[in-house]
Order: sequence, then C-alpha cells, then structure tokens
Amino acid sequence: MGRSPLKWWLKTERGQLVFLEGLGSCLDVVFGQEQREEDVSDLRALFTFVQAALAPVDGDAWQGRVLLLDELGVLLSLGAAPVAVLDFVHYCRVAVCSRLQGNIVVLVHSNEDSGDKENELLVTALSHHSDLILWAEGLATGFCKDVHGQLKIIRRTSLRPGGERDSLQLYQYKIQERNVAFFARGMSAAVL
Amino acid sequence: MAARAGGEAVPAARGRGGAPSFQRKGPPGGSRLAAIAGTRPAVRHGQLLLSTGLPSLDSVLGWCGAGSEEDKYGVYSHLLFKYFLAEGVVCGHDLFVASAKELPTSILKELPAPLLDNCRNEVGEEAAAVKSEDDSMQIAWRYQNLPKMEVNFDISLVSVRIFSLYVTLSARKLKFCVFFLNIAISSILKCVVKHFLLANSNMNCGYARLLQSIQKIIYQEGFDGSHPQKKQKNILRIGIQSLGSMLWDDDICCTENPENAHSITKFLYVLRGLLRKSLSACIITVPAHLIQNKAIMERVTNLSDVVVGLESFIGSERETNPLYKDYHGLIHVRQIPRLNCLICDVSDTKDLAFRLKRKQFTIEVRETVFVPFFCLLIC
Repeated sequence: MGRSPLKWWLKTERGQLVFLEGLGSCLDVVFGQEQREEDVSDLRALFTFVQAALAPVDGDAWQGRVLLLDELGVLLSLGAAPVAVLDFVHYCRVAVCSRLQGNIVVLVHSNEDSGDKENELLVTALSHHSDLILWAEGLATGFCKDVHGQLKIIRRTSLRPGGERDSLQLYQYKIQERNVAFFARGMSAAVL
Repeated sequence: MAARAGGEAVPAARGRGGAPSFQRKGPPGGSRLAAIAGTRPAVRHGQLLLSTGLPSLDSVLGWCGAGSEEDKYGVYSHLLFKYFLAEGVVCGHDLFVASAKELPTSILKELPAPLLDNCRNEVGEEAAAVKSEDDSMQIAWRYQNLPKMEVNFDISLVSVRIFSLYVTLSARKLKFCVFFLNIAISSILKCVVKHFLLANSNMNCGYARLLQSIQKIIYQEGFDGSHPQKKQKNILRIGIQSLGSMLWDDDICCTENPENAHSITKFLYVLRGLLRKSLSACIITVPAHLIQNKAIMERVTNLSDVVVGLESFIGSERETNPLYKDYHGLIHVRQIPRLNCLICDVSDTKDLAFRLKRKQFTIEVRETVFVPFFCLLIC
C-alpha cells in the first residue's frame, strides 16, 4: 500500500497529538510529483510510521499512550487483504500494549446481514482479541426519536487467568448536539 | 451538500476531564462563508450547505446530498442528477459533468429551469426581457422578498426553487467543464499495458483519468484556495453519471467476483479527499441493481456522506398495486451525513415515496393505508 491512507490520532497525557489524516495524505500520493514507490501488499510502512511516532524520546516520561484507528474497514476498501490488516493490528498490539504499556482503540463497522465477508472476518477476529468491546447499534424495534440506539459494553474477563465469563452491560443512548446521553434501558428522559 | 470551506469552521474535540464535548473552533457561520451565492452556513457547525435542487429532498436530508443509487431504468435518478446541476446553474456555481453514457453537453441542454410564480408575472416579464447574463441575478432578487423561515428543515427554506421539467435552462451562460469517457481502441490498449506494468493493479484508467481531470479543474480554477486572488470564491458542483457501469470500463456490474473490485472504492476515497479539500460537492448515480457483489455496495455506502436509494415501480408488481397508485417509487435513505457534528437534522419519517407530476418531482411521506382485517376473539 505504500503510505497507506488512514486517519490516526496518537495522544499522550500532555495533550499532544500526532495526527495522520489519510484523506489528505492520499492526494499527495495520487497526484504528487514525486516518484511513487512500488505497491506492496502489506501494511509495513504504516506500522513503521506508528512505531516511529510513538517511540519514547530521551528524557520523556510519557505514560498512557493511546493509539486510535478510525476506521479499519477503509483499508479493505482500498485493497488490503484482511490478513494484512490483522497482521498490522497484531504488530501494533505488541508495540503499543506490550512494550509501551499503552492502549489501542479500533473502530470498525458491521452489519447483521452484511454481504461483506472480509469485513465480518476482520470484526470477528478483532473481537476475539479485544479486552473490551463497545458495540453501538440501532434499536431492534426500529427508529425512535428519543432513543437513538443501544450500547453493549462487553468486558472480556474470560481472557484473563481464572476464566470467568464475559460481563455484559447494556445502555441506551441519545445523541445530542455536543454530547451523548447514556441511560439504562427504558429510562430515557422522554419516558420519565 | 456540505462543502468544506477550507477548514475555517471545523470544530475541535476538547476532552479534558468530565464528559467529552465538542466546541467550535471559531465563530459559527461567519459572514465570509455566507458570501458565496446559493449556500447557507449550517446552524450547528458553520459549514456551508447547498441545496440539492429539490426542496422535498432537502427537507429529508437537511440540505445535504452526495450520492444516489440509480433506479432500475435510470429514469428518476437522472432527474435528481439534473435537479442538482440546475440548482447549481441558478445559483451561479460552476459545474463539472462527467458521463460515459451520453455526451455531457446534451445533459446540460436538458437541465430544468425554475418554475416562475404566477403572482410574480410582471417581474417575470421584465426579467425575460433582460439579457441572459443577468438571469441568475434576477431570480435571486425575486426570492429575497420571501419571508425568512425558521430553519427547521421542514419546508420553505430561505431560497426555495421549484424546477419545471418542461422548461429547460438556456445553456448560453453556463460555466461548465465536461468529461466524457469514450473508450477507443487505442486507449483500451494503453490501459492494458499500464495494468501489466504496475505491480498491483491501480484503479481502472477511466476512473484515474476522471480523477486527474477533476483535480486539474479544482487546482486551476482555485476551488481549493490555491489561487486566492484569481477569482471570487465559488462552489464547484460535480455530477458523475452511472459510476460503476460497464461504460466506465468497470466489471462490477458483470460478475459477482470482479477483477477490479477495489477500483470504485479507491476512486471514491480519493474523490472524497478532493472534495474535503475544496469548495465542491458531488452527486454520483450508481446502478446498484446491477452490482452483484453486496460487499462493494456496502463499502460504497460507507465511503459516501449521503446515499439515497430510488426504487421505481416501473416493471414491478407494485406498479399495479392499489396501495401505491399515487406514487412512482420509493425513496430509501441509506446514509445521512454527520460532518463535523455528532448529530444531523433529518426528518423523523423514514417511509418516503416519490411521484412525478406534470412538472415536478416530489418526495412525500407515504400515506399508510389501513387494510381492514377480520379478527376473531374467543373468550
């Protein structure tokens, strides 16, 4: 993929942000004057960028690095194979979670009756490896003005030693202009 | 249509302790942004909004529109396409029309003209006598006298235009660029050679050429702010017809496992990047009923800001169904825009149908018809 287009935020506790916007960068790649490098089928260059951006500098006491990936399905649309994307995420996990003690947050889209098998494969594989899943979806009963959807919070406690069952919490939400209000099921402000 | 105005009113995320919230970076709206004819700054995020040309579609989508799935025979999607371009002409925007099916200049000759009100006959006669280059100015002046309505995206926005399908706009003063993909033998050969030279096949050459053409116009005419002194800021309305069809040298309509599966999605991604960086908006019609691979349609939907599906009743059993006798088809809103804000203004009703009356194409909430049924209660 060369310089793969994707939107990134790399945030540290000091409020510093390293931002790679794929949409903007891709224009330089597609319309740029410089010689384009040979297309490759994996996302190595992207990982190299992440690693370099997150590398601790001498004298730094950064803690709590967070890598946000929005959104992985776009990589599939641009021609990356699901395996390449999963490899990339795996490498990021090793670099960010294991070595730097940081966190990774990944956004993916999914549909119940989706015809996009590659995307579903990606979502399933990522779900298996995640410690926490935040699953936002519309209501099963259809569109509602006061409740826009429900959020499932699944803590993967089964992955930890001890092997407890995953814990599941359900909330409903309403999106407002600058905020999202969460409440227990059936407790929306319109009902109370 | 939401056109990015060079990032001046982009809200920034500031989340420090407590609930996360979004704040606007600069003053909302701003008189500079509203200076472009035919646009209106959004109340929420100050971004520029355009009309699609159909007041009823604007109320459904909230003055935003970017993509449209074609209905089975392409009849109605072509109308929406023309409305979008006609609105641009009347507002004085620049147009870019791309097609592989028919000559873009013939599309431009058939654009509908705005319907003039009966009670404004006197003014209408005066306007008709005036030279063609003043036409759009006259029309804008007439509509300034309408009372300003509350912005609730229901009906009656500040400048509402109704286009008549029987009267066409004169093409004399149109400022437009066209792209017509006429695949001749020599260019097919060039594409084949290019395909084998590259390690991984790039997007197909028809799309690549279209992208180059759009990028060139955006850069040369200064829609991306690259030539600020050259001309006054204006919007570029881009119309692309039947993207994904075989005429664009794409095989996604022929087989479920196309060779060029990523061509159209790569094209849309790069196009989106171009639109974000410039004062432009784009309407694309896609023959969704011909695309056999569902995954591709889902990805195309995810890559678009707005997607509207048109299901026409022509040739289907619904044509003769008494429940649908007043309508010509159904509208499915598959994607709504959420640009720079968490929520957007859309209508509450999702059950929409359209009909083509003598002069107008309108979208209405489908009336529910209660079918009486027999109920037996046994106690």
